[in-house]
Amino acid sequence: MKKSIAIAGNSGSKVRSDCEITLELKNEGGIIIDLNSKVIVLYGESIKELTVEILQFFGIKNAVVKITDTGALPFVIAARLECAVKQLIDTDLEYLPEFISENGYSTTRDRFRFSRLYLPGNTPGLMINAGLHSADGIILDLEDSVAPEKKDEARILVRNALRQINFLGAERMVRINQGEKGLEDLHFIIPHNVNLILIPKCESADYIKRVDQEISKIKSSLNLSLNLNLNLNLNLNLIFLMPIIESALGVENAFDIARASENVVGMAIGLEDYTADLGVQRTSEGKESLYARTRLVNASKAAGVQPIDSVFSDVADMETLKQNVLISKALGFEGMGCIHPRQIPIIRQGFAPDEAEIEKSKKIVLAFTEAKSKGLGVVALGSKMIDPPVVARAQKTIDLAVRMGFISSNWIDNIPTEGKL
Amino acid sequence: MPLEINGQTVIPFKGVGKHRPEGRKYSPPIPTCSDFPDDGNKVVGSLEEALRKCGIRDGMTISTHHHLRDGDLVSNKIFEIASGMGVKDLVWFPSASFPCNDPIIKYLDDGTINRIEGSMNGPLGRYVSDGKMKGTAVLRSHGGRVQAIQDGEVKIDIAVLAAPTADSFGNAKGTGGKSACGVIGYAKADSMYATKVIVVTDNLIDLPCFPMEIEGNYVDYVVVVDKIGIPEKIVSGTTQITKSPDRLLIADLTAKFIEKSGILKDGVTMQAGAGGTSLAIAVFVHDILKKKGWKSKLGFGGSTKYMVKMLEEGQMGFILDAQAFDLDAVKSIEDNPNHIPYPVFNAYNYHSKGNLTSMMDIMILGATEVDLNFNGNVVTHSDGYLLHGIGGWQNCLHARNVILSIPLFRDRIPVIVDEVTTLCGPGELIDVIITERGIAINPLRQDLIDSVKGSGLPIKTLKELKDEAEKICGKPQKPHFDEEIVAVIKWVDGTVIDVVRKIKS
Repeated sequence: MKKSIAIAGNSGSKVRSDCEITLELKNEGGIIIDLNSKVIVLYGESIKELTVEILQFFGIKNAVVKITDTGALPFVIAARLECAVKQLIDTDLEYLPEFISENGYSTTRDRFRFSRLYLPGNTPGLMINAGLHSADGIILDLEDSVAPEKKDEARILVRNALRQINFLGAERMVRINQGEKGLEDLHFIIPHNVNLILIPKCESADYIKRVDQEISKIKSSLNLSLNLNLNLNLNLNLIFLMPIIESALGVENAFDIARASENVVGMAIGLEDYTADLGVQRTSEGKESLYARTRLVNASKAAGVQPIDSVFSDVADMETLKQNVLISKALGFEGMGCIHPRQIPIIRQGFAPDEAEIEKSKKIVLAFTEAKSKGLGVVALGSKMIDPPVVARAQKTIDLAVRMGFISSNWIDNIPTEGKL
Repeated sequence: MPLEINGQTVIPFKGVGKHRPEGRKYSPPIPTCSDFPDDGNKVVGSLEEALRKCGIRDGMTISTHHHLRDGDLVSNKIFEIASGMGVKDLVWFPSASFPCNDPIIKYLDDGTINRIEGSMNGPLGRYVSDGKMKGTAVLRSHGGRVQAIQDGEVKIDIAVLAAPTADSFGNAKGTGGKSACGVIGYAKADSMYATKVIVVTDNLIDLPCFPMEIEGNYVDYVVVVDKIGIPEKIVSGTTQITKSPDRLLIADLTAKFIEKSGILKDGVTMQAGAGGTSLAIAVFVHDILKKKGWKSKLGFGGSTKYMVKMLEEGQMGFILDAQAFDLDAVKSIEDNPNHIPYPVFNAYNYHSKGNLTSMMDIMILGATEVDLNFNGNVVTHSDGYLLHGIGGWQNCLHARNVILSIPLFRDRIPVIVDEVTTLCGPGELIDVIITERGIAINPLRQDLIDSVKGSGLPIKTLKELKDEAEKICGKPQKPHFDEEIVAVIKWVDGTVIDVVRKIKS
């Protein structure tokens, strides 16, 4: 045995949808449960049954368990209890809650990643409804939002969350820790259909390669059907990578990092840590990070991946957020991280093409199509000449608009003759 | 269903609009000017003196209003005095109670108070649910309370009415002074129908105190104290819309629903509560009205700064107000002639010749539970414990479009259940349930169902929503009750719609 009393989870006046569990192994007396719960009338029996089931799963016959519960869902209770057990005994067993059928989806490389909502990996209350806020992706964070002493319990919670929470089509992402700890984190998330791994404070292509290798290793050693209750060929389910550049060295190595693996689909920048690395204040104007941001955009585009901008941390300031999104888009970023759901609509609106852009792009593409059909070498819109790059950009906007459902894919057939230029 | 409660016969619920009362309204004994000072000065030395002069005795019904909310210093004092005098078996008849009233448990324990007819929140609620109160609790809506006073179902012996401003004759109002609360309309019925009336103020002014929300002609004694309440707890410095992203989602869906269904239109009349979600809805509605150049004809309050904003910026014609929730509302009542005190006495009473509630287009409410027949519960949670009063909820169910904007589950507790633990409002009156995971429309409202076809709104059946919640939370067990009835729930017409039984220990 490692210690005599284990404790895991959270309790307190501000804590909701979570529980704190104290576990003490005994030599006799069976399993004694002291349950203090907000929902004891509704779920007291089932919580106790679950507790006994899990302890038996781990081969524990005699113990005293104290649970202080504020409405934790079953998978949360299970995660806390498993963490407590693992503080006391050595075991490789994992008590895996059901993998709900809705969670088997995969995502594509060129998916829109306008908004990604960070969720602290040890705060179950914020995860349950996260999918409702229509972010393109949700990030279960094991790194900076989880205190060092809580990282063990967070991993198990995130693992269970990947299996049990329906994120309603959002891209399922996890931000792992740095270094060795991050590689260990992978074991808790790869088998559970994570769609994308965020790699923080990335400074070299080497680490990306190590992550890639570790992922392949885990995938190939898995007995799939046992874990997922699904006939899912994990090798077909791609797991994407998104390194986060947060330091001067990272910025220098950005191009190499972006090309380090074919699984890298995007590259993000973390400006809080970056400006700290430079030893300067982060300002809302962002002059101090202009080089880093433009370098990141350049490197990403050169490598064929999506450049993603940093989070905007003033959750109360929607106006400045709006400005920042416009600037971000103008620089070439294709998305931004968010730390609060109310930022999502503003970010989405900012990065998605607006009506004016779409109309203008339609006109340009129309003019190009007309010119082509007439065998003309030059495309003109009124008296203005349209260069090929302008046409390419307009086509990209149209493609985006079609994919987002703003216009139908056969929009060009529906233009009345009088409307054609 | 019991036939008798607290020694009185009760009539069980017959259906919405089915009970026709008979007889005449109750009235108090006829007073005479010869019993009152010619100089109109009714001030006496203390609350105790006033209670003695009123002849406080065992078994009397003492009423109070709740306008001082969680800052009330008067109500508890009454029973402290009564206990000291050795008076027993009083009935407390508040228009609502707050956490500051938790100490009343002491006077329930020592027998000073037999029972509470009003709301029972938090610890008071648990006390009653555990069967510790001697008499049976009676919960009524705001309108139901007025109905009971007017019908004589409750005969108030002594009304003790705290007033932020009063003159020595007993005229009183809710504005002015250090304990201003806006209006004191809940006290109106009490003042007119109680046998004895005591006004307690910390701001005595010269005659006349105007406007006279309480008229001195009904008042026996006036007591002046240092403080009737704690200002910061009477009205919030400022009410805030919810910051919770989940609640904002519900508010957003609600605003979208009323817009897309067409029930929000120019000239709309509406009411929403003062909870964080309701306030967010009010803000979203305000934006829509502004955008479309529409104006709400009138809104009914509990008012807050958000309603006041609508009034001041031109999106609302009038606010008729039963209570003020924050300082902006208090100030608006004082300054704005279109912000009109309008007590529940007039707005909610069912035994009258029509009332405001059925004239309202949109009513947005909450609930603790809703069942598959759209029945609603606001007084108990699924664990069976009493947890708050009815407020105006039942009265508001008579509006044209009743929307319950509620979370699908709260801290693992599902809100949609097979059958409500306590029936407070029948399903035929509840039109729409809006949760963060979808909207359910009562099948009785085909017009509403048709109005949002193809709108892109997440319309689901109640059963689908219930199943969704249960998949996430697990299927809940039901609480176990004893036979003993600890509280009855009255409908707006005085019939008994349900009972609450003691929690099995």
